[in-house]
Amino acid sequence: MGKRIGMEVSLAAAEAVKQAKVDVISAYPITPQTHIVEHLSEIVANGEMDAEFFCVESEHSALSVCLGSEATGARSFTCTSSQGLALMSEITYIASALRLPIVMIIANRALSGPISIWNDHSDVMSIRDCGWIQYFAENGQDVYDHVFIAYRLAENRSVLLPVIINLDGFTLSHVIEPIEFIEQEKIDQFLPPYQPVHRLHPDRPVSMGGIALPSIFTETKKAHEVAIRSSMSKILDTWKAFGEMTGRYYHPIETYKTEDAETLIVIMGSYAETASVAVDLMREEGRSVGLAKIRLWRPFPFEDFKKATLHAKQLVVIDRAISMGGPGGPVASEVKAALYGEPMHPAVYNYAAGLGGRDVSPADFIKMVDKAEIEIEEGNREGFEIYGVRE
Amino acid sequence: MTENLNVYAVRTLTQKEYFSPGHRACQGCAEALALRLVCKALGRNIVIASATGCMEVVSTPIPFTAWRVPWFHVAFENAAAVASGIESGLKVLMRKGRISSKKIVTLALAGDGGTADIGLQALSGALERGHNFTYICTDNEAYMNTGIQRSSSTPFGAATTTSPAGKVQMGQVTWKKNMPAIAAAHNIPYVATACPSYPIDLIQKVKKAASIEGPGYIQILSVCPTGWRSAPELSIKLGRLAVETGIFPLYEVENGKYHLSLDFPRLKPIKEYIKLQGRFRHLTDTMIEEIEKRVHKEYEELKEKAKKGV
Repeated sequence: MGKRIGMEVSLAAAEAVKQAKVDVISAYPITPQTHIVEHLSEIVANGEMDAEFFCVESEHSALSVCLGSEATGARSFTCTSSQGLALMSEITYIASALRLPIVMIIANRALSGPISIWNDHSDVMSIRDCGWIQYFAENGQDVYDHVFIAYRLAENRSVLLPVIINLDGFTLSHVIEPIEFIEQEKIDQFLPPYQPVHRLHPDRPVSMGGIALPSIFTETKKAHEVAIRSSMSKILDTWKAFGEMTGRYYHPIETYKTEDAETLIVIMGSYAETASVAVDLMREEGRSVGLAKIRLWRPFPFEDFKKATLHAKQLVVIDRAISMGGPGGPVASEVKAALYGEPMHPAVYNYAAGLGGRDVSPADFIKMVDKAEIEIEEGNREGFEIYGVRE
Repeated sequence: MTENLNVYAVRTLTQKEYFSPGHRACQGCAEALALRLVCKALGRNIVIASATGCMEVVSTPIPFTAWRVPWFHVAFENAAAVASGIESGLKVLMRKGRISSKKIVTLALAGDGGTADIGLQALSGALERGHNFTYICTDNEAYMNTGIQRSSSTPFGAATTTSPAGKVQMGQVTWKKNMPAIAAAHNIPYVATACPSYPIDLIQKVKKAASIEGPGYIQILSVCPTGWRSAPELSIKLGRLAVETGIFPLYEVENGKYHLSLDFPRLKPIKEYIKLQGRFRHLTDTMIEEIEKRVHKEYEELKEKAKKGV
């Protein structure tokens, strides 16, 4: 077993990047991602890591640098939040289409406006369809572990896709948690140096990033879609290998007290831990409530999700973003799409909560479940509301 | 080492084509000629980061490529950032012994829009960080790829589709952005202007930029018959006239010191250059005089700088 150390989650993320022996780091500072790059700067400045580190002039360039370095075969890393992600969004789509296995951490923060530095998921939802594999971390250990998992998966020759690790800004990025570190030798075994299929090098010249005329564009999209869908088995394999190494096993959908539960809370990210406290409190009162946490957002684990939730009477889906003028929140949209083909499926009541850093306590989760159960009882089986609006 | 201009002969150039024929550039495209010469100057040990633009579109319709050297295109505004990544990636991989160690030139290519407008921030960042790369702006003085829209590099008076010659406005109303001066203001070791009508000068400058440690910036005037409304067979002549009239002087800025590559005691009248191009067709004699005055003033200022060696 590795050492267990109390550490701020951002710092643990940076330590993981060091242990993953990343070759090129390129980033631009934005709250709440800053502690990750600050700590990486210290690591590089102290000679603890042999990497090229660049504080560039924008997030757009931060990711662009990573595309250049990754295309030469150098393991590359960047991280950002909110507006920074919006600025680099153009390049996210290109990175995945070029099949460059970059890993990016997003310390999730609300998108302006109004400007807010605090946490929700509206930033990453703006690039939902960018073709990257996307995880949501629940706690610091998840974040640390997933840096290695992400690189091993991304660089797998039958995957070759970039990976986003989402961690909630402040509520996760800035808290101190016990982190179990993995010995370097084990990591080196789990994550050998990246060997690209093609690299930008004069010894074997390749052209990357040509123009697709209408006669071939559709085929490139099909190839990308097949690649991300078929990455699912590799995602599971990678988690399995990681579990065998550390004893920590991860799953696309993780459940808590769901077996006999009539009502399930569905959520992504660090608020799942708060929700589990609410589940315990409700269970103490004899209520039949459980929790389904979505860890893997892309590719969306439709089958696992159905397996985990179909038996329930109702789902209370807590979104951390809103699809304005649309069906409610993006998670609930996916949930409904997953259940649509099932003849008997649970009702889906959807809340958008914890927007722009608004705290959501266990009591709030209980209130949301209370109201959802009443609404559904009264026949409102597909409700959506923004929780906790002060009127 | 940079060859001496006087003993350099065209026949010593490599016969090899790294930017190969069969690409889809227009007839008389001096930008394609410029890139052909750039590649001949640098040889095979290069990696190219290309911005979106004519040269990207004409050279790589999937699954074809005109490039016999490694070539990478990501987006419009980030050639300098992508080149930064390529340079860093190659450097760190060589340091760690994961690829063989040899001199590889990282080359960024972009048009004037991708350089002076949308790519200016990424370029400034890369120049300031001091990456060891050569940035080449092929300047055809408008957004030709999208259909001849004005850029900040379009000269005063030129008609484009977004600076048309109308009843109250006679083409571009602003003066060409001095991009080489902006590059030089970053205190980089090497800045130059070039034109494929002077191929040996162009090749010499490209070799020099690539051999100097640190960033090099070269702006190459690239005559565009399609956008300039000129005859394709006049592209070389127009490039020469741009230089001989003082409109596009050829010079170098080495460690901040200006040096004129070609000096003309008497500049040719700019009318000789302007009358061959449809984009200036609407200009009145008064406007041409106004332009000439400014061209001469700027040429004198440049000469002063070169004389003082600053």
